[in-house]
Amino acid sequence: MPDFPTPDLSHLTRADFRNVYEPAEDTFLLLDAIEEHPRIALDDDRQRDRDWPSVCLEIGSGSGCVSTFVAKVVGRSNALFLTTDVNPHAARATRRTGEKNEVTLDPVVMDLASALLPRLRRSVDLLIFNPPYVPTESAEVASPSNLPAPLFSISASWAGGVDGREVLDRFLPYADELLAPGGVFLMVLLEDNAPEEIITEVRDRWGWTGRRVKERRAGRERLVIVQFVRGADVHVG
Amino acid sequence: MRLITHNMLQCPVKGCSKDNFPLRIEDAEIENADADFNPQFLKRMLDRIAWGALVQTSFSLGVAKLPESPGDPNDDEFLQTLHHVLLETRVKEGRMVCNGCGHVYPIREGIPNMLLQENEV
Repeated sequence: MPDFPTPDLSHLTRADFRNVYEPAEDTFLLLDAIEEHPRIALDDDRQRDRDWPSVCLEIGSGSGCVSTFVAKVVGRSNALFLTTDVNPHAARATRRTGEKNEVTLDPVVMDLASALLPRLRRSVDLLIFNPPYVPTESAEVASPSNLPAPLFSISASWAGGVDGREVLDRFLPYADELLAPGGVFLMVLLEDNAPEEIITEVRDRWGWTGRRVKERRAGRERLVIVQFVRGADVHVG
Repeated sequence: MRLITHNMLQCPVKGCSKDNFPLRIEDAEIENADADFNPQFLKRMLDRIAWGALVQTSFSLGVAKLPESPGDPNDDEFLQTLHHVLLETRVKEGRMVCNGCGHVYPIREGIPNMLLQENEV
């Protein structure tokens, strides 16, 4: 398997990172999960015949580090790399990070995936979300009814409300709408978010297979990458 | 904003359910940027493109002429045209307007902004 370098972020300054989440342990754990994923990172022979994914979508792309890395691993002309972020600074950083690393990302400013449905219904092959997962007061969470006050504040990139699950819980129904048959959904969680509970909930609601694919201790937190796969043979209706 | 992205965007205003796609592009500053030609990717994307919307939008912007229905996916000339329209044509500045509710979505520095006010969610 080829080795992929961490995207070059040297164009982003301290000033950028006052408004945009700076890649940290959680970002890098997600990159490791992508690089080690047997369907995303292929050996050279299989890369030549790659026919998946066609549509990648990252929610909350921040600096653009993760989607840039995905584009490098998948191959920049092999798929569409759509990204959303509620923060216009982040969308600009995402575009610039793509350009700096010679891949094209397609950033759009929106709440979660609100303007991509129903067009992308059951059409996203690879869905990625590193949500604001830190348990906080609900008032700190960015949401449609709580805009734009915390919109440009950096806390919106990590404040997750009760159990760190408020944004995540609001996104899960979108994930069900978006994910294509056979699609893969990678998500970053904390151990404090109770990943097993979420895996069970999602399995009961939609029958998706979920499991931990990567975990690492980071200071007092334990980071977990959870993968969900939608069955290829589900009834699409 | 590349036209492939525009082809995926719909007016998210609550209750706006008519003529909400495609969004009409106005006052567009168009630029072209080279992209790698990948016929396999284009073929895979064909059934995910809303064709009528793409034809209408490319016509309104005066970019390359697309056939009324998708051409032969093995026709190189068709794929080259599609490649140019979808992946190399960008709206740098301008706005998108919903034909249903009239909501305006600005495009700045090549990035569309689909955020709504609180009472529209």
